[in-house]
Amino acid sequence: MELYSLTAHELIKKLGEKEISVEDLNSSVRKRIQDKDPQVKAYVRLSGSKAAVDFKTLNNGPLAGIPVSIKDNICTQGYNTECCSKILSGFKPPYDATVIQKLKNAGANILDTKTNMDEFAFGSSTENSCFGPTHNPWDLDRVPGGSSGGSAAAVAGDEAILAIGSDTGGSIRQPAAFCGVVGLKPTYGRVSRYGLIAFASSLDQIGTFTKDIEDACILMNVISGHDPMDATSVDIPVPDYLGSAGKDIKGLKIGIPKEYFVEGMDPEVKKIIFEAVAKLKDLGAIVKDISLPHTEYAVPVYYILGTAEASSNLARFDGVQYGYRAKSTNLIAMYKKTRGEGFGQEAKRRILLGTFALSHGYYDAYYLKALKVRTLIKNDFDSVFKDCDCIVTPTAPTTAFKIGEKAENPLQMYLSDIYTISANLSGLPAISVPCGFSKNRLPVGLQILAKAFDEETLFRAGSAYERATQWRKEKPKL
Amino acid sequence: MEYEPVIGLEVHVQLKTRTKVFCGCSTEYGASPNTQVCPVCLGFPGVLPVLNCLALEYSIKVGLALNCTVQEFTKFDRKHYYYPDLPKNLQISQYDLPISKDGFLEVTVDGKSRKVKIRRAHLEEDAGKLIHEDNFSLVDFNRTGQPLLEIVTEPDIFSPEEAYEYLTNLKSIIQYLEVSDCDMEKGTLRCDANISVRPKGQTGLGTKSEIKNLNSFKAVRDSLVYEIERHIETINNGEKIVQETRLWDDKKGRTVSMRSKEEAKDYRYFPEPDLPPFIISKEKIEGIKKTIPELPKEKILRFMREYGLPEYDTKILVSTKENADYAEKRLKAFPDKDKKPVANWIIGPLASIAANLKCEIYQIKIPANNFIELINLVEKKQVISNLTGKAVLEKMAGMPEKSAAKIIEEENLAQVSDEASLEKEIDAVIKTNPKVAEDVKSGKTNSIMFLVGQVMKKTRGKANPKVVQEILKRRLV
Repeated sequence: MELYSLTAHELIKKLGEKEISVEDLNSSVRKRIQDKDPQVKAYVRLSGSKAAVDFKTLNNGPLAGIPVSIKDNICTQGYNTECCSKILSGFKPPYDATVIQKLKNAGANILDTKTNMDEFAFGSSTENSCFGPTHNPWDLDRVPGGSSGGSAAAVAGDEAILAIGSDTGGSIRQPAAFCGVVGLKPTYGRVSRYGLIAFASSLDQIGTFTKDIEDACILMNVISGHDPMDATSVDIPVPDYLGSAGKDIKGLKIGIPKEYFVEGMDPEVKKIIFEAVAKLKDLGAIVKDISLPHTEYAVPVYYILGTAEASSNLARFDGVQYGYRAKSTNLIAMYKKTRGEGFGQEAKRRILLGTFALSHGYYDAYYLKALKVRTLIKNDFDSVFKDCDCIVTPTAPTTAFKIGEKAENPLQMYLSDIYTISANLSGLPAISVPCGFSKNRLPVGLQILAKAFDEETLFRAGSAYERATQWRKEKPKL
Repeated sequence: MEYEPVIGLEVHVQLKTRTKVFCGCSTEYGASPNTQVCPVCLGFPGVLPVLNCLALEYSIKVGLALNCTVQEFTKFDRKHYYYPDLPKNLQISQYDLPISKDGFLEVTVDGKSRKVKIRRAHLEEDAGKLIHEDNFSLVDFNRTGQPLLEIVTEPDIFSPEEAYEYLTNLKSIIQYLEVSDCDMEKGTLRCDANISVRPKGQTGLGTKSEIKNLNSFKAVRDSLVYEIERHIETINNGEKIVQETRLWDDKKGRTVSMRSKEEAKDYRYFPEPDLPPFIISKEKIEGIKKTIPELPKEKILRFMREYGLPEYDTKILVSTKENADYAEKRLKAFPDKDKKPVANWIIGPLASIAANLKCEIYQIKIPANNFIELINLVEKKQVISNLTGKAVLEKMAGMPEKSAAKIIEEENLAQVSDEASLEKEIDAVIKTNPKVAEDVKSGKTNSIMFLVGQVMKKTRGKANPKVVQEILKRRLV
């Protein structure tokens, strides 16, 4: 067995028993990236990366020597962090994001090459990257999902042991489903956002890509917790997540929302999800039908609030202090040219949408209304969780689509997040767990949602399902 | 037709917290450009603001002192505009839920008092400073992110004098709270004025202009006087006032148009998602209320009551909190019931020494007991004359540890009242000024003061002038 194909917990054991060295592991992953990334393109700026690492500088913590791949929108001190956008070309942050600091403290080997993404996390396919698309390791003609498509494809293709991504409307879970890996979006406030280049501040959350649940627990143990640098991070004690990974699910109350199984859903996906639900029942869970009546508004609410916040967050990219600057003769022209040339098409679309939603005369009808509906969506969950421990849904309505298939149809693209957006609007934790394959061998993801700060239930249900199935053993043929 | 002006003031006060409002950078004044900056105040990608709780507390304190309602639920909002001194191209400010609102400040003009209504006071972050050179501009981000409290009045000020008085009182209150230096020169207090005129007796508002670039309270008053005239003249010429922003040119004493409101921007305010709303408990507000010291108005009344001083003296004594504390210590140390001599010595000789030294009264480090001793030596014991007393005080300011008695002894300044020793000097003066002596004898008694002056000069101020005058009268009249 090649080292790159193992999980973090397997590697931690081997490292602990001195069966392998940190150098061996690093070279194995580096070699794999060199061999396979030309096809997958999970990483960006690969040629400029330093393969050599001074292992003596790594801390001796729970992740000692474990390589971790980072999405291109999370700041790493001194290493380019460009959100896969021309406007941030050459930007080397002067500081580490809090998650990076925590990973370093835990001994992680942070790769200097970053994972590919849709520009500023705007997209569901990783096609909106200034570096070009990432390819799904299961079918190189297909997208890996997005926006954290690079992180998902890297883990799926064994080009990464662990990866960090961000999820604003499904950007971790949907690519995890498309690539057949475990993707977790923690509760809003569970993981510090300090150093995550903001898309929509009230929705963004940093999360994990792993090969199995146990690895997700290990990674969450490291990156969770209150951060004084992030006023929206919450000061609630972090449990040892590994404790929930081995538990059974006898008596666990699972809700199945009827609004999630509607027209437009791929029948194959539907069948696979229902098989998974049956499996959970077999394992002792109590499954019941529930209703989340405001589900249909999630996508429009998301595209108002998300774009409004994005239009504000992206105002700072003006060519003055960092990143790309267009040559110009005066300040206003410089702003306009820099932004005109630096942002891609989808970024421009969202900035325009958001600017409109916040404009005088439209604010009440759009932004304020959307805020109110957001509360209704949140209330739906609150009432359902009165007698449910978790909710199970498909992660995405389809399996991975072809590269270019939806590129010209933004609305179609937006609908691929239909099942994932509600968790961001309500701040709830949600995980995507591999639950089978379509006839053409494309992975399907099962989404589990739980109450705020109850990641443990996600791990408990996810790991029980994982142990009872063998999906995680399947690997794409690269 | 007779017109009346309607004025509203927007004052920005920089709160003197040790660190900036949303990051840990120092707020120290005068550092080299761009040395007090970090990724947060530079608005780098990925950073988040965290509120400086002291800035919030200071804001509440000011709100309470201005008789405002402090809101128990407050939040921050983003205000968007592009400018190179604003690194995020958005300013964290407060829109619909300011920390405090609906207050007032009492002003007294020509003996009449009224309450100027305050609309709101909200907390926001300051922008950087642009330095314009010939064909380029530089930006200093040291000021970026310093806490600013914006205090906005209703259009409820009706004369330039009232505006001046409002600013003076506001500054004094905020200085008393010790939350800002309110130094217009250093930019820790900035003021914009809105002005319109309307026919007297009418209640609606005329078209306003906003005046910027006001560098002193005097500039505020002068610019308002100018604008009122300009508005009235424009209307009388049958023209219309254009709603616009105008810049005050202090040297030329006039305003010039900067931009018209037609170009006014849509700031696209929306709640700052990186800062959760703040709930300020009643207990917290009550706790802060308890830390508010006696404010100038109450202090004036108390000084008048407790020390029997006239209003005029008291107002000068309490001009700043430091000066008031300094004065009070000395008033208390003076054993007599009549405290007027102490007030006189502070607002007279001591104030002029401070003016010469270009410092504040309280910065003159003469200990209270030494100061009182000097007053006693002059006023009661008459060991030295008033004139010598002033000279001794000046010496004491230079060597505060030395007592007045010691200085008098060392420099042999004690007043000479002993007739025998004065006779000799007086003889000499009469001898050298025979004509004046004759004048006095022939009834021009006023000339006697000249001779007294000559004796004082000869004795280097030591002679007791009253005794000298007595002797001269006896001799010549």
